[in-house]
Amino acid sequence: MQEYLIIIISAVLINNIVLSQFLGICPFLGVSKKLSSSLGMGGAVSFVLVLSGAITWLVRQYILLPFDIGYMQTVAFILIIASLVQFVEMVMRKFTPPLYKALGIYLPLITTNCAVLGVAIINVQKDFSFGKAMTHSLAHAAGFTLALVLMSGIRERMEDADIPESMQGTPIALVIAALMSISFLGFSGLI
Amino acid sequence: MSLMQEFTKGIVKENPLFRLVLGTCPALAVTTSVENGLGMGAAFTGVLLASNIVISLMRSIIPASVRIPAYVVIIASFVTMTDQLMHAFTPSLYKALGIFIPLIVVNCIILGRAEAFASRNSILPSIMDALGMGLGFTIALGLVSTFREVLGAGTFLGIQILPESVPAILMILPPGGFITLGCLLALLNKLQKKYAW
Repeated sequence: MQEYLIIIISAVLINNIVLSQFLGICPFLGVSKKLSSSLGMGGAVSFVLVLSGAITWLVRQYILLPFDIGYMQTVAFILIIASLVQFVEMVMRKFTPPLYKALGIYLPLITTNCAVLGVAIINVQKDFSFGKAMTHSLAHAAGFTLALVLMSGIRERMEDADIPESMQGTPIALVIAALMSISFLGFSGLI
Repeated sequence: MSLMQEFTKGIVKENPLFRLVLGTCPALAVTTSVENGLGMGAAFTGVLLASNIVISLMRSIIPASVRIPAYVVIIASFVTMTDQLMHAFTPSLYKALGIFIPLIVVNCIILGRAEAFASRNSILPSIMDALGMGLGFTIALGLVSTFREVLGAGTFLGIQILPESVPAILMILPPGGFITLGCLLALLNKLQKKYAW
């Protein structure tokens, strides 16, 4: 039990996927202008991330390893993720059209979101059991959503601020991310 | 557009990192030292060049409806090759870049060039495009990592240039990456306004 708790705390706070591992920066900068769309993006990525975490683990354990084709890992993983994203897109278009519209271009981009492939690869590198891999994926998904929501909260308030012209847009967002990242460094003493 | 223009546009006018803000994940993660930054740039350029060539050659064969999965598989194959080659020939760099070598697969720049350029142009312009974009990205990584290594570790390519007591360790920690890239982008915005590239 304690092991699982450590995995969760370390994935959400200490090794936060965006702020300390630099995975999934594109949506973090791109979709964090409004709280509602950042929640939607967080939800979509979380769903894909957890599902792909489970499927990639099973595929590696029961297809790649028995046939001794571990080197096909990258190709296999990216294909799984791409088809999952397609699936999520279809489901969203059917059941939640406003959310589908709001996420726009970023939905197909989940395929090229390094967070999803990154977590699948970390699961393999750390040699997790299925339960631990699932906990790890879930915790990273929560960490991603947390970072995205915090960021969008700050950026909504920033609309009123007077920012120098050349700092507007991405540069100031990166500086905010740096400050958030410094505060997340404070969690490193937790474990 | 002439071949030379295809080459130079990736370096300044459409620099993938500084102007288009693509490929930020590796740009922040591996730029803790100049050596890692340039190594990443080289691996990236290799994959981009190979995938641009193959996609340009196959552009009339691949049906439009399945082009994205096809591109992804082509890119993933070259990334796997790069991964294995680096594992064999540059083990220390392989270890330093770690997870970010397989993650070249999901680098938005490569898929972006495949979709926007290689699938519409013949092989020669595609090669020039890949070389220009690759060089532009490598220069950008080199610039970011120079700031971080000099300020954070006081070294440049491993050679001590600042006294050992001076360095701000924060610069090679994660926040340093964000802050360096943010300030560089702001600076380039300012320069661009002033000189109107």
